[in-house]
Amino acid sequence: MFDRLIRLFVWSAALAGAGVAAPAHAEGRLDSLQHVEEVVVTGRLVRREIIPVQELAGEELHRLGAHNVADALRYFSGVQIKDYGGVGGLKTVNIRSMGTNHVGVFYDGIELGNAQNGTVDLGRFSLDNMEAVTLYNGQKSAVFQPAKDFGSSGSIYLQTRTPHFDEGETHHLRATFRTGSFGVVNPALLWEQRLSERVSGSFSGEYLRSSGRYRFTYRMQEGYDTTAVRRNGDLDAVRVEGGLFGRVEQGYWRAKAYFYHSNRGYPGAVVRNKFSHEDRQWDTNFFTQGAFKKDFRPWYSLLVQGKYAYDYLHYLSDPTLDESTMYTDNRYHQQEIYLTAANRFVPFPWWELSLSADWQYNRLDADLRDFVYPRRQTMLAAAATALRFDRVELQASLLGTWVHDLTRGDEMSDKRKLTPAVFLTWRPFGGEEGFNLRAFYKRIFRMPTLNDLYYTFIGNVHLEPEFTTQYDVGATYARTFRHTWLRRLELQADVYYNEVENKIVATPTSNFFRWTMVNLGQVEIRGLDAAVQTDWLVGRDLTLAARLNYTYQRAQDFTDPSSEFYGGQIPYIPWHSGSAALNAVWWRWELSYSFIYTGERYSSSANIPYNYQLPWYTSDLSLARSWRLGRGGLKTTLEVNNLFDQQYEVVACYPMPGINFKFIVQYEF
Amino acid sequence: MHTAIRRGCLAGGMILLLLAGGCRKEIPMIRSEVDYVTLPTSPERIEGFFLVNEGNMGSNKCTIDHFDARTGGYRRNIYPERNPGVVKELGDVGNDIGIHGDRLYVVVNCSNLVEVMDVYTAEHIGSLSIPNCRYIVFDGDRAYVSSYAGPVQIDPEARPGKVVEIDLERLAITREVVVGYQPEEMVITGGRLYVANSGGYRYPNYDRTVSVVDLATFEVVNTIDVAINLHRMELDRFGRIYVSSRGDYYGTGSDIYVIDSKSEQVIGRLGIAASEMCLDDDRLYTISTEWSYTTQSNEITYAVYDTASERILSRSFITDGTDERITLPYGLAVNPETKEIYVCDATNYVTPGYLYCFTPEGRFKWRVRTGDIPAHIAFSEEPFY
Repeated sequence: MFDRLIRLFVWSAALAGAGVAAPAHAEGRLDSLQHVEEVVVTGRLVRREIIPVQELAGEELHRLGAHNVADALRYFSGVQIKDYGGVGGLKTVNIRSMGTNHVGVFYDGIELGNAQNGTVDLGRFSLDNMEAVTLYNGQKSAVFQPAKDFGSSGSIYLQTRTPHFDEGETHHLRATFRTGSFGVVNPALLWEQRLSERVSGSFSGEYLRSSGRYRFTYRMQEGYDTTAVRRNGDLDAVRVEGGLFGRVEQGYWRAKAYFYHSNRGYPGAVVRNKFSHEDRQWDTNFFTQGAFKKDFRPWYSLLVQGKYAYDYLHYLSDPTLDESTMYTDNRYHQQEIYLTAANRFVPFPWWELSLSADWQYNRLDADLRDFVYPRRQTMLAAAATALRFDRVELQASLLGTWVHDLTRGDEMSDKRKLTPAVFLTWRPFGGEEGFNLRAFYKRIFRMPTLNDLYYTFIGNVHLEPEFTTQYDVGATYARTFRHTWLRRLELQADVYYNEVENKIVATPTSNFFRWTMVNLGQVEIRGLDAAVQTDWLVGRDLTLAARLNYTYQRAQDFTDPSSEFYGGQIPYIPWHSGSAALNAVWWRWELSYSFIYTGERYSSSANIPYNYQLPWYTSDLSLARSWRLGRGGLKTTLEVNNLFDQQYEVVACYPMPGINFKFIVQYEF
Repeated sequence: MHTAIRRGCLAGGMILLLLAGGCRKEIPMIRSEVDYVTLPTSPERIEGFFLVNEGNMGSNKCTIDHFDARTGGYRRNIYPERNPGVVKELGDVGNDIGIHGDRLYVVVNCSNLVEVMDVYTAEHIGSLSIPNCRYIVFDGDRAYVSSYAGPVQIDPEARPGKVVEIDLERLAITREVVVGYQPEEMVITGGRLYVANSGGYRYPNYDRTVSVVDLATFEVVNTIDVAINLHRMELDRFGRIYVSSRGDYYGTGSDIYVIDSKSEQVIGRLGIAASEMCLDDDRLYTISTEWSYTTQSNEITYAVYDTASERILSRSFITDGTDERITLPYGLAVNPETKEIYVCDATNYVTPGYLYCFTPEGRFKWRVRTGDIPAHIAFSEEPFY
């Protein structure tokens, strides 16, 4: 009976860990970025980031043949995506092998919470209205930010499109229709309206339907060769979001509301004699959030943000549809309230100080038997400083966290933690471009999730937070050329050493049905992330962009010195992985090719042949043509993904799609 | 001309390279591997045993290993190479193993099937689909399999289990009988089948009964109230049935209850907690594992009960302190010929476990690595080729 609990659990537990590096930005992209950052971040034109950062933005992001944010993140180094396959399958990200729970995901500047299991399914976030996807190791390289932004081992910022009007423009409209394999029907609409001189609004809506069906093949050496159709991976989802964007003297405000509802099948593991499942899941996610920022004095700025979120999950396993299953019909309701205020002081142009304080309230209700209805209050306070000199830049932050839980049963004792981070960058030759060295140290933790602590049977209220310590040294090099074919070159490489202590793992108790969570694990990660980006201009009309990423990771399990498998590579972390993306634009034509490689891995820290997972590598190709049509532009795109129809699995027993197609028509004015 | 050919070759080569890139290697066949763990012996009756590794749910990692007493060799994962044509190998979560006649049977719980093999070769003979099947017992030319998946009721939480009768000649299901909730182990005596009902899906309303099935009519003729969450069953030569109660993992602990099969009455309890139980001659070996939140670890106890003298012989059948090395005992068996004791250690469930062999006196003899979650053992009187 606890199979299901375990399964849900293992799903949530399974989601954890990976790392990074991608370089500065192509000049061509700066327009959109500048614009985004003007509103949200720091507005610096040149991103000499002190912290390892990788970003995909604007057109580049949309050329990848990615269906969702998780697909796009595959192009970053130091990141491992767990993908259970298909349009609706769970997709989670692990930065530098530290675990999914250590990844903070921020949507338009505010973290997406999931107090229940601490992970975010990035497969659910559409790229339709996404302007940029940015990944930071450690934390975002700004000191003027909410305390929460200092609170993860790695952070992903999802930035949706912000309205931007040229002189005389009053509105923008973009209508998109996508269709193709897996029975995908995906219309989307984006409408931006200038409401007054200082205020604009945007609305974005999308509907996605997919049968989730695809053929997959298992071909065993000297053995069976079987092909079947993946079933019960269907998805029916709607997303609606709207925002208001206003400017004030020396500042801005913005407000948005987001709604997502989905009804999906749970495709399940493909095992002998059971190739399909009937379980279903319904999700409703709603949040509304607002932000206000103003530079009151040249030396003082204030940022205030707030959020309310409601998440509903309904899981059904019905023995009338699958007679082998245990009846499960559970509903979970989560609510979150979040408030933050950040203050920035700039006593001297080279010295910036920031103080921020956050308050967060979470509650989880569920119709589980003996459920303890946990409520959690979190207070965070951060002090941060940045020192900027001609060739040296230093950032340091200290985060204090206080967590108090209240339940109807036993509860975790209050936790108080103080965690530091230090970032340093040095430009030995000065200048905006050229060679740049950097290093960072960060110690942070993740709280046990409400599931870890309070899930009926499995939870363990004695859990302590799980800590990570990161050490990173890296270099970047960027150069722009005026008269050669090669117009811009960016290089970035980081080596790092991470430790995960007190790792929260599920451990078996008296029998297979009974697991509990304990602070048992110890992992050490040694890695290298490298990335190269080049932009070319050949003749007058042909522009080329190439991006390469490589990751090496040795992520070892040092939990039990008496174990024969002590020091084994942790599950699903390849030693070698990488990606390449090539893009050519000629007149109104665009051709993109992308390649993803994941090397050999093991499905368990027992690195024996039985747990061996083959490497996989896929090639995606897309061709697009745009036309002028009236006042606007029409763009059609044809994508062929997994061009060579490779049959592969990211997670054992979850087969991935072979060759598949997508056709996109987009009209914009 | 030459240039054209060269270009053609180059282009062809590149296309080939790309295609090769597309055709990845096939999934490698997992070969069995053998460890010689002890000296060869010349057994009179027991030639060796088969061991089922359950594997974690959803991982399709159920495997079988074989120990050959004549060579002292322990061979891991014998199924795939002997049955390369069986799609997805043995399956997902093994739950029981049995030998009857010259056939080997494995109950694969999450693959919803009973796999039938030749006991000499472990070659696939056939399989029977039974949803959520749990355990198997034999009687003559019939086998009986307990299953959680009885008829679905109006109240979906109140779904009883069933026992399925199999005709071993035809490998076909002949009859089914609805029993209690989530039935587990079974014993057969006096033309009646006794099945322990757990009610494990119905926490906190555990089942607390043993269903008695008359094998002639295949109907439930009696229901014996015992204790909550019943699991293991053993039958002694006096016609007494020992049934373990798992308890509720909170206030109510585990215990072993004794049923007299003639009167079908509960005649006592042993006061021994048991997650594993194994009867050999008049000795009932038990292992109990209970999680302690105080120490954040499992507390493990081993005991032996004498069914003839009806007293506890020992509170620890491992006598040389080797039990310290066992992380999580998960399976237990006693060789009927040598009286050697085997204990499976599932360690952390996600890496391979170990099988420990102890002398009848409880001294460590050998240890070998198994598959993931070693759990169930069937002794074989036949050689294995």
